[in-house]
Amino acid sequence: MKHVTVIGSGVAGMRCAAELAREGVRVTLLEKEEAIGGKLRRWHKLFPTFTPADEVLSPLKKEVSENENITIRTECEVKDVRTGCVTLATGEEIACDAIVIATGFTVFDASVKEEYGYGIYDNVITSADLEEMFNKGSVTLKNGEKPKQIAILHCVGSRDEKVCQRHCSKVCCVTGVKQAIELKSLFPQAEVFNFYMDIRMFGPGYEEMYREAQQKYNIHFVRGRISEVGPTFDHRLQIKAEDTLTGRPLKIGVDMLVLMVGMKANDMNYALARSVEGLSVQPSGFMQPSDPFGGIVRSNADGIFYAGAVTAPKNVCEAAGEGASAACAVLRMLNKD
Amino acid sequence: MIDFGYTISKPRIIDIDRNNMQPSYDLLKEMPELQTCIGCGACTAVCTAGGLTKFNFRKVHTLVRRGEYAGAYEELNKCMMCGKCRLVCPRGINTRAVVMLIKRKLGEL
Repeated sequence: MKHVTVIGSGVAGMRCAAELAREGVRVTLLEKEEAIGGKLRRWHKLFPTFTPADEVLSPLKKEVSENENITIRTECEVKDVRTGCVTLATGEEIACDAIVIATGFTVFDASVKEEYGYGIYDNVITSADLEEMFNKGSVTLKNGEKPKQIAILHCVGSRDEKVCQRHCSKVCCVTGVKQAIELKSLFPQAEVFNFYMDIRMFGPGYEEMYREAQQKYNIHFVRGRISEVGPTFDHRLQIKAEDTLTGRPLKIGVDMLVLMVGMKANDMNYALARSVEGLSVQPSGFMQPSDPFGGIVRSNADGIFYAGAVTAPKNVCEAAGEGASAACAVLRMLNKD
Repeated sequence: MIDFGYTISKPRIIDIDRNNMQPSYDLLKEMPELQTCIGCGACTAVCTAGGLTKFNFRKVHTLVRRGEYAGAYEELNKCMMCGKCRLVCPRGINTRAVVMLIKRKLGEL
């Protein structure tokens, strides 16, 4: 029986493991956290349909947990990879016929952008924090009160040379609009302002959601990047930006600022590229697939494949699709032998 | 002749075909990074001069790039070279050098 190691149990990794196992391949699914599910575990709802993340995650988890061809190993850190072998941090070596790297991304650390005051002022939170608040069912200010004026800032840690994140993280725009709608639904009396540089609504139903945010939810969109955030005497936040469409500087006091943090490439990508002949990293820090069109799930190393956001920022559907597509590529290789 | 107070308005259109684009192209050749501007307005948001006057760095350099030089030199004189714009620019553009370059180029005209 052929054996494949899938590193990472997010949407891409789980989809890939499930497809392989269904075809009678033995799979070892490695996860560094205490439970499988990846980043989606901490997400509340998905754009543009507001589907609970759990509705997508649960069937996948069930599938990989119940298939006897799949061995799930959590709290398992990978130290090294080479063709035909994965070495864990414990020194244990897992021999296999193919490896699928589905290690995803790292959430950008918003405190690096000190001018936005994350970790300095209360009530400056990230999109990821807000999802956790939604999950807990308690979205409030630090003092327990309801926000009356909320700002959402797009492009935090993406399209930003100053923090070495040149690439567009692409999903944050859609998340920004989604969260604006969710906040407005939760606090109908509040005013929500989205500060954006460009609104990139690249997927089906995304543009429609954006339009709904404008028309139905009366969310304000200001075209300008917030330059700095400061405290006010009454413990609110003062935001400065240029309203580029009127060409004038603008300031606004808000109770809550939500930073749309981007997807950053994993630091371990560089180590991966160093240790395996044929693996390389793109300037963005994400892994380089063998071909940007037909070979998105292949690497240039024998028996090593990619799935999901390890090669670029991806949304959930793309990650799932690549998981299946990586399984396909692996099967084709295994059947050749 | 009776003066009825009528005037003919000059067209406000930016006419790329008629504008003398050469100085602008020369300028961009010297500083290609200016072309990476995504117009986010962070420079203008922090601008000390822009908070008090109509000075708008983003607008001035965009107009210059369209071949609209009238008044740009005088506008850029409002810049105090504090460099805050350079600190915030997400494209890492050396905005102070842009100010100096535009002034030098327009001074030559």
